Amino acid sequence: MGKLIARRLAVLPVILLAVAAMTFVLTEISPFDPVQAYVGAENSVSVEHKQEIAHAWGFDQPIYERFGRWISNLAQGDFGNSIVAGGQPVAGEITSRLGASVALVAGALAIVLIGGLVFGVLAAHFRGTAFDWLVRTLCYFNTASPSFWVGLLALYVFSIELNWLPAGGSSDARAVDAGGIDLEHIILPMIVLALTQYAWFTLFVRNTLLEVLREDHVQFARAQGIGEVAVLLRYALPNAMIPFVTLVGTNLAELIGGTLIVESIFGWPGLGKLSLDAALGEDLPMLVALTLAASGLVVLGNLLADVLYRVMDPRVREATR
Amino acid sequence: MSAGAVARSTQPGRDRALRMADAFAHWPLSVRIAATVLGLLMVAAVGMDIVAPLDNRSVDLDAVLHAPSTAHLMGTDEVGRDLLARVLHGVRISLTIAVAAAFGAVAVGTLVGVLAGTMGGKVDAVVMRATDVFASQNHLLFGILLLVLFRPALGGAAAVMLAVALTHWPSLARIVRGELMSVRERPFVAAAVGGGAGRMRLVRRHYLPHLMPAIGLAFVLTVPHAIFHESAYSFLGLGLPPHQASLGNILSDGQRSLLAGGWWLALFPGLAILAASMTIGTLAEYWREHLHPRWRSELEL
Repeated sequence: MGKLIARRLAVLPVILLAVAAMTFVLTEISPFDPVQAYVGAENSVSVEHKQEIAHAWGFDQPIYERFGRWISNLAQGDFGNSIVAGGQPVAGEITSRLGASVALVAGALAIVLIGGLVFGVLAAHFRGTAFDWLVRTLCYFNTASPSFWVGLLALYVFSIELNWLPAGGSSDARAVDAGGIDLEHIILPMIVLALTQYAWFTLFVRNTLLEVLREDHVQFARAQGIGEVAVLLRYALPNAMIPFVTLVGTNLAELIGGTLIVESIFGWPGLGKLSLDAALGEDLPMLVALTLAASGLVVLGNLLADVLYRVMDPRVREATR
Repeated sequence: MSAGAVARSTQPGRDRALRMADAFAHWPLSVRIAATVLGLLMVAAVGMDIVAPLDNRSVDLDAVLHAPSTAHLMGTDEVGRDLLARVLHGVRISLTIAVAAAFGAVAVGTLVGVLAGTMGGKVDAVVMRATDVFASQNHLLFGILLLVLFRPALGGAAAVMLAVALTHWPSLARIVRGELMSVRERPFVAAAVGGGAGRMRLVRRHYLPHLMPAIGLAFVLTVPHAIFHESAYSFLGLGLPPHQASLGNILSDGQRSLLAGGWWLALFPGLAILAASMTIGTLAEYWREHLHPRWRSELEL
C-alpha cells in the first residue's frame, strides 16, 4: 500500500507539468492578449506603456525562456498575481477561498451518502412496487436536469416563495475563514450540489443491492432464518458501499464543475465563484492556477479511491498483493 | 397491421410508411414517447422560425412579466417578449450548436483514436498519454479557460463549439482506438495487408467502415452533454452573445426576473433543456441496447 501511494505521488508532478505545458501552449496559440486584459478596455494606455508592461512581464523573451521561468515560479509556489483579487498573489487568494468550498463539498457528500443509502436501500427492499418506480423515475429526471436549472428552481421555491432560507451569499465571507460556517446560507447550495450526484448514487446502491441479494452468501443467510431487513443491512449493504468510494474519488472532478455553477447561483464565496469571477475578469493567472489545482485534485482523488478500495474490498487487496 | 397485409400491398410508398408505423409500434413506450416529444420539439422549433420569425424580438412594454395565460402560453419576460417564442427559438439555436459541437468532438476524437490505433507503438503511447492529460480536466472549468482564451477572436458560437469539442474528445478517442484495436486483429485486415494495402487504404477501406456504427452512436450520446455545456457556459455569461439567445441565455435572463416572482422564466427554458437532452439520451440508449449490447460499458461518457 505504501509503495502504491509513493509511486502515484511521484507521478503527480509529471502530470501537473504536462497540464501546465498544455495550458501554456493553448495561451500561446490563442490570440488572447494578457497585457490588454490587465489594462482593461480603456484605450488611454499608450502603446509604449503597454510595451513596458510586456517587457516587465518578460513577454519579449523567447518562448522556451518564458516557459522555463514560469515553471520554476510555479514550482516555488508563485502562481503570479491575480487581476480580480486586486493584484494580490493568486496562491493566497485560492487558499483563503478553499475553506468555503471544502465545507460545501463535504456537506453535499454527506447528503448524497445518507440520502442515497436510505432511498437506495428502500427502493431495493420494495423492488417492483410503486415506491421503487417513483424513486427510479425521479432519479432519471434528476440525472437529466441541469444543475443551474435545479438551483434556480430551489432558489425560487425555498427563498423567494416560502422564504425559509436566504437567497444567496454568505453574509460575511470572513465568517467562513474563522471556522464558523454560516449554516443558514450553506444549506441550499449544499442540497443543490448534492442533487448533481445524488441520482446515480441512489440508482447504483439499488442496483448493486439487487445483484448482491441474488448471490449465494445472501441466500445462505436467508436459509439460516435471518430476517430480510438484517440480510439487507448486514450482508448486502457493505457491498453497496463501494460505489461511494467512486463518488468521493473519481467524481471529485464532477463536483468541481458543480461548485462552479452552484456557488455562482447562490453567491457562495468559494473556489467555484472565484473561477467564474476570474473568467469574467479575464484573469488568466488565476484561471490557470485553478485549472492546475483541479488536475492535482483529480489525481489525488483517484489515488484516494484506489487506497479506499483496498481497505474496503478484500478481493482487490488479495488480487494486487 | 399484420406483416402479411403489408407484403400484399401494391403501393411502395404506402408500404414504407406502414412498415415504419409498424416498427414504431414495436418500440418500448419510453422510446415512443421520446421520439414523439423530440419530433414535436424540432417541428415546433423549425416551424416557429417560418411562421413567426421576428416574434422573438418584439418588445411589448404593456405585457411585462405576465404569468402564463392563453395569450402567452409560457408568459412574457421583463421586456414583454413572448417566452414560448423565445424558448422555441432557443431550442433551435441550442440544438444546432450542440450538434455542431458534438460533431467537432467526434471528429477530433476519431482523428486521434485512428492515429493512435493505426500507428501503434511509441506514437500510440505518446498520443494516449496526451489524451489522459486532456481527459483529467474538468469539462466546465477547462471549457471556461478555453472560452476566455478564444472567445474574443472566434466569437461566442464558435468558441462554445471549440470548448465543447476540446473537452469531450478524449473519451471518444479511447472508444475509437479500442474498437480499432479489435478490428485490427481480424483476418480480413491481415489479408488486405498481404495484398499490399498501405495504412491510408486500411483506414479508409477497412477500419472506418467498421468503426462507423460506434462513432455514430458516440456522436448521438455526446449531443446531450453538448446541450448541457453550451447552456451552462451561456448561463454563466461566457457562451453565446445575448442576441443569439440559446436556452442558457434565456435562463440567465430568468435568474434576474426570479426575485420579481417570474418563476415561469426559470421553469420553461430548463424544461426545454431537460426535454431535449432526455429524449435524445433515451433514443441513443435504445439504439445502443438494441443493436450493440456489448458497448454498454464502453460508452459511459
